[in-house]
Amino acid sequence: MRAQDADGDAGPVQVRGTVLTVRRVDAYHAMTVVAPGIAARFRPGQFVAVAVGGPDSAMLLRRAFSIHDVRPDHGGTVEFVFSASGPGTRWLAGLRSRDVLDVAGPLGRPFPVPRDPVSCLLVGGGYGSAPLFALAGKLRDRGCKVDFLLGAASGDRVFGALTARRTGRTATITTEDGSLGARGVVTDMLGQVIHEARTDVIYACGPMPMLRQVTLLARRYDLPVQVAVEEAMACGIGVCMTCVLPVVGTDGMTRMVRSCVDGPVFRGEQIRWDDVGTIPFDAVGAPGWEPRSGRLPRGGQAAAGGRAGATGPGHGARESGGSGQQARPGSPGRPGHGH
Amino acid sequence: MGTDMRTRLGHVELPNPILTASGCAGAGRELAQFIDVSKIGAVVTKSVMLAPRAGRPTPRMAETPSGMLNSIGLQGPGIDAFLQRDLPWLLSRGARAVVSIAGGTVEEFAELASRLSDAAGVTAIEVNISCPNVEHRGQVFACDPVAAAAVIEAVRGRARYDIPVFAKLSPDVTDIVAVARACVAAGADGLSMINTLLGMAIDCDTMRPVLAGVAGGLSGPAIRPVAVRCVWQVREALPDVPIIGMGGVRTGKDALELILAGAGLVAVGTTIFHDPSACERILRELDEELARRGIDRLSDVVGLAHEPRTATGRRLARNVP
Ligand SMILES: Cc1cc2nc3c(=O)[nH]c(=O)nc-3n(C[C@H](O)[C@H](O)[C@H](O)COP(=O)(O)OP(=O)(O)OC[C@H]3O[C@@H](n4cnc5c(N)ncnc54)[C@H](O)[C@@H]3O)c2cc1C
Ligand SMILES: Cc1cc2nc3c(=O)[nH]c(=O)nc-3n(C[C@H](O)[C@H](O)[C@H](O)COP(=O)(O)O)c2cc1C
Ligand code: FES
Repeated sequence: MRAQDADGDAGPVQVRGTVLTVRRVDAYHAMTVVAPGIAARFRPGQFVAVAVGGPDSAMLLRRAFSIHDVRPDHGGTVEFVFSASGPGTRWLAGLRSRDVLDVAGPLGRPFPVPRDPVSCLLVGGGYGSAPLFALAGKLRDRGCKVDFLLGAASGDRVFGALTARRTGRTATITTEDGSLGARGVVTDMLGQVIHEARTDVIYACGPMPMLRQVTLLARRYDLPVQVAVEEAMACGIGVCMTCVLPVVGTDGMTRMVRSCVDGPVFRGEQIRWDDVGTIPFDAVGAPGWEPRSGRLPRGGQAAAGGRAGATGPGHGARESGGSGQQARPGSPGRPGHGH
Repeated sequence: MGTDMRTRLGHVELPNPILTASGCAGAGRELAQFIDVSKIGAVVTKSVMLAPRAGRPTPRMAETPSGMLNSIGLQGPGIDAFLQRDLPWLLSRGARAVVSIAGGTVEEFAELASRLSDAAGVTAIEVNISCPNVEHRGQVFACDPVAAAAVIEAVRGRARYDIPVFAKLSPDVTDIVAVARACVAAGADGLSMINTLLGMAIDCDTMRPVLAGVAGGLSGPAIRPVAVRCVWQVREALPDVPIIGMGGVRTGKDALELILAGAGLVAVGTTIFHDPSACERILRELDEELARRGIDRLSDVVGLAHEPRTATGRRLARNVP
């Protein structure tokens, strides 16, 4: 198992980890697995891809889960939180301590953290709040102020409400049925919280419609926003090209980029939310698309001998397969927020 | 490794028969985080086209029993980026690169072959003819022996003489042997099979197709018996033509099954999504499977299942120490 990617960063590892515990946490399950290599490399926002169903499983595709927490005990453990909603996650929920689980991770790009001690608002929907607590810890280490805004359909689906109240400077909870906190959805409260907490930067993880809304509102308040997206993934490691979404690069060009390796964390405004699930006509390589340089012969992709566009300087080592120059998440769109 | 695993890709010798299947390992870079890409027979890269290509809309995949459907639509960076970035990287890692090419016209395939011939370090070209022919109402090249042969002839004509050209066949045909014969007659040095089978899934809640592309390619262990049958039929008809077998290989024993059917090389596809280190594992398992049967040379068992039972018995017995 290799741990260096071409970046020189510590890349992911694949481990057969022993399950320590599987606990019920309200509507969810929390699973802790011994996975030293993953724990040591983890940065908040990254995820694991887990093989489900055992060695002869008929379920071939890995399941992706945000890493909730890592701990140093047993050489290093990883915890993720999941909703047992389909055959793979139900199988996971049935595991017991000492069972063995094949886990690959840590995968994807982490949340970039600001250099300065700014005021951060962490917005989570459902199990989407799971990765926010490790992020909060890291932000506090940097002297940042951390406020939480968490929501879900019902109180038992707001993951980590207690922890948020205990550790956040403020914690605002919303539920659609009003069973916990204010009745409504997180975006109903976003403006008020931003105002009261004097938020400088927003981090969000949750369902795609929520992330879209949060991005729209952040733009209204002129705040940088980092979102962790959830797209259907088959491999989680960047080889299958199933998890793409339209993302605008620093050069202004839209590319279909893999959310597993170029994400899951993106600057909210980079994502073309209205075009998710489509190939925008102006995306690099879309039918009929031609590079601006006009060096191509006319007549569509069949005759095209394209040279411009797809490549360019500054590729991260992981950006292959048509992804290209997406800004690294270490550079949120505002001065003062570095790596 | 005890067994002599060397095998031939046309006239090129490879240290062992395990390859990645096109489209299931990118250009090797991501996989190199989990395996040593120089240790497997070769990396077969994602089919590359002339121009960058955005592919199909999402959802692009659906999990099915022991398999998956995909409709990626050949998303890729185009040949220039591939030659600038991906191929040099693979070579720098000491990997052997089999480059898969795809096109919408015969001329696009030919142009790709000539571009690859100008580059150093291409071990072989695999021609993905399971693409719609834009000049022929979108009919898939691989489904028509005449169109398939036209592509192969053009590629063979433009590829450097010392680069083997493999034609990748689709199982979605009535007579795969006819397409195989046509490709070999047109100059193919070998044949790869099988590409995915066309399938479809419908979401019973939304009551609509799961894939944005409606239909998609079925792969994984679910299709392995089809792959075994195709390799068998083609080997039976063309015993001297090298075959890269693929379709649902998950273990060393699965690889052995395709080898016995007639494949001298075996590619691993969908299983990589399940287990990113699968290629190294399958290579190890294949070695063990052969050793357990007292076989010390892989080449002794390629196509062995075609021999009458008695002869097989005798031949195996000879190898038992
Ligand atoms: C980066 C990332 C982080 C995630 N974090 C969490 C988390 O912390 N907790 C949690 O409960 N869930 C999380 N998910 C969603 C989780 O991956 C799916 O709920 C899970 O794969 C469903 O598996 P299943 O067998 O129950 O369902 P099935 O419907 O049987 O899954 C079939 C296939 O579709 C894929 N799939 C289905 N739903 C989703 C989905 N919503 N997102 C991505 N792939 C899906 C599966 O991976 C599998 O390949 C995350 C997804 C991503 C991409
Ligand atoms: C996601 C995905 C992408 C693929 N892309 C290509 C491709 O670009 N070119 C090609 O020739 N075959 C492609 N294939 C087909 C595989 O190379 C292989 O022929 C097929 O999947 C059967 O093998 P498997 O069951 O081991 O996956 C793809 C398959 C999958 C699952
Ligand atoms: S999930 Fe396979 S490339 Fe992203």
